[in-house]
Amino acid sequence: MDVITRTVDARGQSCPGPLVTLAKALKESARGDLLELLATDPGSRSDVPSWATISGNQLLESDELEDGSFRYVVRKA
Amino acid sequence: MTERSTDELTQLLDQATRTGDGLNTENKITIIAWGGDLDRIWPTLILSTTAAASGMEASVFFTFWGLFTLVKPGVRITGDNWMQKMLSVMNPGNPSKAKLSRYHFAGAGPGMMKKLAKDYKTPLPSELLEMAQDMGVRLIPCQMTMDLLGLKRDDLIDGLEEPIGAATALLEMKNAAIQLFI
Repeated sequence: MDVITRTVDARGQSCPGPLVTLAKALKESARGDLLELLATDPGSRSDVPSWATISGNQLLESDELEDGSFRYVVRKA
Repeated sequence: MTERSTDELTQLLDQATRTGDGLNTENKITIIAWGGDLDRIWPTLILSTTAAASGMEASVFFTFWGLFTLVKPGVRITGDNWMQKMLSVMNPGNPSKAKLSRYHFAGAGPGMMKKLAKDYKTPLPSELLEMAQDMGVRLIPCQMTMDLLGLKRDDLIDGLEEPIGAATALLEMKNAAIQLFI
């Protein structure tokens, strides 16, 4: 089981906040690191997968949590 | 007409992408920021910042009214003659002063937009400009517009690239996968 390297809390941020916050955290991470992104922006449901496609990073998980927020797990390419 | 299967078409597209025939291949976005309206600058900054956050190279070429976006917050009247000075009064620089292209209502419109942005935690254009710089978006002023409008390098914010002309702007656009005029 892979371990989450870092949790990025972008809850309360709106487009393009969560992606910018994630990109910054990714910059400080090593290849293969697993980053968990927490967001409340509903736009992130489409934006995080699109971001993964463009940036070439791998989106491993995307969940909607019970409180209506979102959780994504990304592997740095 | 020759019918081709989806596989064949995919193959052709792959080939074209590899050779670059008729397709732009650089993982890059170049935006020509022509308008200085709040509702133009806003998407320009969102798109370029998001592109940079997605690992794309992003450059924005600021020309005409768009160039006023880059004026330092404190700088008010610019230019050498009354015409340029008047232009600077009509176009207060910096995104925090930008007007809406519609529903401006003598400044009430942008005020409401900014209130909405705050309520919905959407970054303001002035914050987005900082974010863009932070993410490495290349901000490039148009030399000819600077001359025409009387804007000097000192009137503009720090961290910009050297001013360029139309040919260099074309070169920026030529190989970019996405070029937009906003």
